[in-house]
Amino acid sequence: MIDILIHLLLTIFMPPLLLGVIGKTKAAFAGRVGAPYLQPYYDILRLLRKGSVFSDTTTWLFRAGPVVTLAAVAAATLLIPLGNHPAPVSFAGDMILFAYLFGLARFFTMTAALDTGSSFEGMGAAREATFSCLAEPTLFFALIVLARLSDSLTLSTMLTHSSAATWLTDGAAMLLLVGALFTVVLVENSRIPFDDPNTHLELTMVHEVMVLDHSGPAFGYILYGAALKLFVLLTFFIQVALPLRAGTSLLDWVVFVASLLLAAVAIGVVESVMARLRLLRIPQLLVAACILSAFAMLLILR
Amino acid sequence: MDASGAGLHDPAVLVFTAILLSAVSGLPGLLLAGRPGPGQRIATGCTLLASLLGLGGTLALLFTGRTATYTIAWTLPFDACDVAIDPLSALFLLPIFLISGCAALYAGSYWPAAANRRTEPLLTFSTGLLAAAMALVVTARNGALFLMAWEVMAMSAYFALTVEHERPEVREGGAVYLVATHVGTLLLFVMFILLRTATGSFLLPAGGSMAAAPVGATVIFLCALAGFGFKAGLMPFHIWLPAAHANAPSHVSALMSGVMLKMGLYGIIRTASLFHAPPLWWGVILLCAGAASALLGIVFATAQRDLKRLLAYSSIENIGIITIGLGVALIGAATHRPLLGLLGLAGALLHILNHSLFKPLLFLGAGALIHATETRLADLMGGLARRMPWTATFFLAGAVAICGLPPFNGFAGEFLLYAAFFNDATGAPVPYLALAAPLLALVGGLAAVCFVKLYGAVFLGSPRTPAAEHGHEAGWPMLAPMGGLALLCALFGIAPQLLLALLMPAVAVVAPELAAANSALAAAAPLQWLTAAGMALLLIIGALALALRRRLGLSPSAADATWGCGYLRPAASMQYSASSFGEMMVRLFATVIRPRFDAPGPAGHFSPARAAFRSRCPETLLENVITPAFRGADRVFSYCRRLQHGEHQLYMLYIFITLFLLMAWAR
Repeated sequence: MIDILIHLLLTIFMPPLLLGVIGKTKAAFAGRVGAPYLQPYYDILRLLRKGSVFSDTTTWLFRAGPVVTLAAVAAATLLIPLGNHPAPVSFAGDMILFAYLFGLARFFTMTAALDTGSSFEGMGAAREATFSCLAEPTLFFALIVLARLSDSLTLSTMLTHSSAATWLTDGAAMLLLVGALFTVVLVENSRIPFDDPNTHLELTMVHEVMVLDHSGPAFGYILYGAALKLFVLLTFFIQVALPLRAGTSLLDWVVFVASLLLAAVAIGVVESVMARLRLLRIPQLLVAACILSAFAMLLILR
Repeated sequence: MDASGAGLHDPAVLVFTAILLSAVSGLPGLLLAGRPGPGQRIATGCTLLASLLGLGGTLALLFTGRTATYTIAWTLPFDACDVAIDPLSALFLLPIFLISGCAALYAGSYWPAAANRRTEPLLTFSTGLLAAAMALVVTARNGALFLMAWEVMAMSAYFALTVEHERPEVREGGAVYLVATHVGTLLLFVMFILLRTATGSFLLPAGGSMAAAPVGATVIFLCALAGFGFKAGLMPFHIWLPAAHANAPSHVSALMSGVMLKMGLYGIIRTASLFHAPPLWWGVILLCAGAASALLGIVFATAQRDLKRLLAYSSIENIGIITIGLGVALIGAATHRPLLGLLGLAGALLHILNHSLFKPLLFLGAGALIHATETRLADLMGGLARRMPWTATFFLAGAVAICGLPPFNGFAGEFLLYAAFFNDATGAPVPYLALAAPLLALVGGLAAVCFVKLYGAVFLGSPRTPAAEHGHEAGWPMLAPMGGLALLCALFGIAPQLLLALLMPAVAVVAPELAAANSALAAAAPLQWLTAAGMALLLIIGALALALRRRLGLSPSAADATWGCGYLRPAASMQYSASSFGEMMVRLFATVIRPRFDAPGPAGHFSPARAAFRSRCPETLLENVITPAFRGADRVFSYCRRLQHGEHQLYMLYIFITLFLLMAWAR
């Protein structure tokens, strides 16, 4: 019961902190002080209080976009185990619902973008559709590997099954999986090298350009939804990459929060040392990631 | 009809009455062709009544779970003429009656008799006949009767889809359809003759009664796969499908895509169910054909900008997904993994029912759009969500459902299939089947590209042409069927177990050995959790929407033009169109789509003249393989054409010689 409560509290309150940590890391690399860790919280709260501007080409779908997107991601948070603790909701095949909820979120983000009639937002939506479509098989290969390793069809068991020992027995497969999953995390959350959330040229953006026209509370939803998505996918990633099991329930929570923050720092480092890829290179990298995860599947067959 | 041992209280009588009623529904219209209106109204009334009777009877039969068998007294030398409704037939009857009713109601407003005096009677008659013939196809238990019904179905569909035959592209699409469907029928003739040789009777043998080992069985299966594959639109037999669906009146497209394609699947399922213990490779072949259709179908769909062509290609994709499920079912049976097979079969049947809800919904929506804008090109529409709010809402439901996204019904069928793949991933020594999971995921992603593109280009943004600007909402006879289907999509998305309960008796008929795993199904694919998840999702959406509303109410809100990134004179033509949205995908899959881009640079160096850009995505298989092959055949057979000279008396001589030779041969 306490664990479920902690799960809910962490999922509700922690996500923006990850954005803050990434920002701080990038600032440290650039030799700046950077915005405070809590800046994303301030941003979201400020946006929720602000007024909004709606384009007069838009319909109810434009307002529905942020709502459905956030709702779908929020529903997905109930399915993912945090650290060594099983998810509040878990059933056979929940990983499929998990993957498809992100599909639903994406569908409505893209329709909201197209609703503005702006060619920039259409462009962003087209890119998002293409890239996420290519990232999808990678996730499913990873799910197959995890299902086979844990001999289970629920996300909770699949993700809490692997431990340091898994790395000893199936290290090669896990390594490939980590590479592939990190790619998925970066592309799904529009991070460098796939997308630059801080660029100032609309032509080069993917996700940010899709939400150009949103403002006020709706934009607050989008920002929070993006943070939540980062939180969920990063959790998925560290369950595979850093399967540390402390033993006691409380210590497990501490380990989980620490490894999540560490992963956020890792994203910050990647963003600091890498440049954005050329748009045409992105599909190639995504296909490569997919094949890496397919190799991971081959390796565990033996 | 010889009502052996059953009175009027038998629900099967309702079904057969409905079939008859549907078959003759267009006759008054043909006779009253002089006066437009009453004929169509009578037909609509008859078809709606037939739908209600048929649905009622079929559901009653499904709930009692028994098989009703009748023998029609006929004098033809093809053994007893049996018709029967078992749970599998009943399962396929449901969409036939539902969609034909929807189409009839829709047609009254979409193809009004007053405005289409010449075409309406024939169209109404063929649509009613099409529905009746399809119902007869799934109830026939005699090979000869089946072929007759099959041919009536094929021909009535032909007349329905070529109703606007003064347009050349309609004639062309109709001709390709006619050739394709008859090649398929020819293979079915071979199949039924072989079946007759194997069993000694034209009656279809009981399920599971034939051995799958002999060579004859293999040929029967392959003939069925190709023959029925032509009707279902499996790749590479899909060549007729895009043009036929695009050029038919929209309610006919809905009927064809939602129901007629399923007749091909019915044939495959029925044929496979005749055999006892089919070999593994039958399943593998189905799986591969399904995978190819699913992937290539949706890849081609992303390249389309014609609304209905896109929907047609997406039908090929969905037929592919269903066929994957059928393949998994056969593989599960052959490798003695009943749970795997059951998941595959249940997933396939569930997706058949789901697809027959959302695809007609989308085609009817496309019809409403064509009605409003007089074009099929998504690139010429835009901004219609404001002008056609109901159509936009219903179409959205269909689009989300067809992408297989929760909480709509498309997700449930795919969920069962994924459950099968992952079952293989954890259970099998070498999980070949698990490879289908990433494939299906890719197909799902492509479907999202496809339908976001379609929805965005058609309904969102601002209108690109005056026609789109003056788009108007359709009348209630067109909206009501769409609304009903959209509601059903939502209902069965939240509660897919309702449909599962309907199709389990059919599973028991098709594959009794798989039905044994029935008890394990609930644990392997807990659909009640999808209900819970769907409700939770709706609850969260509701809560967030309310919160947003309150927030928006508290702070000032203004309306302004879309932010043009500093550009001051944005125009509607600058919006991302359907073609531009799909362009990246098209280039990625250029090896199969083979798009052609034609962009002569602007002439003149100092004052550039107007430039043009053209892009086209051809029907690769039809244009590059089939048409050249037919041209070649044409050259060869032109020698035979010398026999065809127009001298009638000599034609009579031919007939005499043929008959004489046949007599001599038979003696």
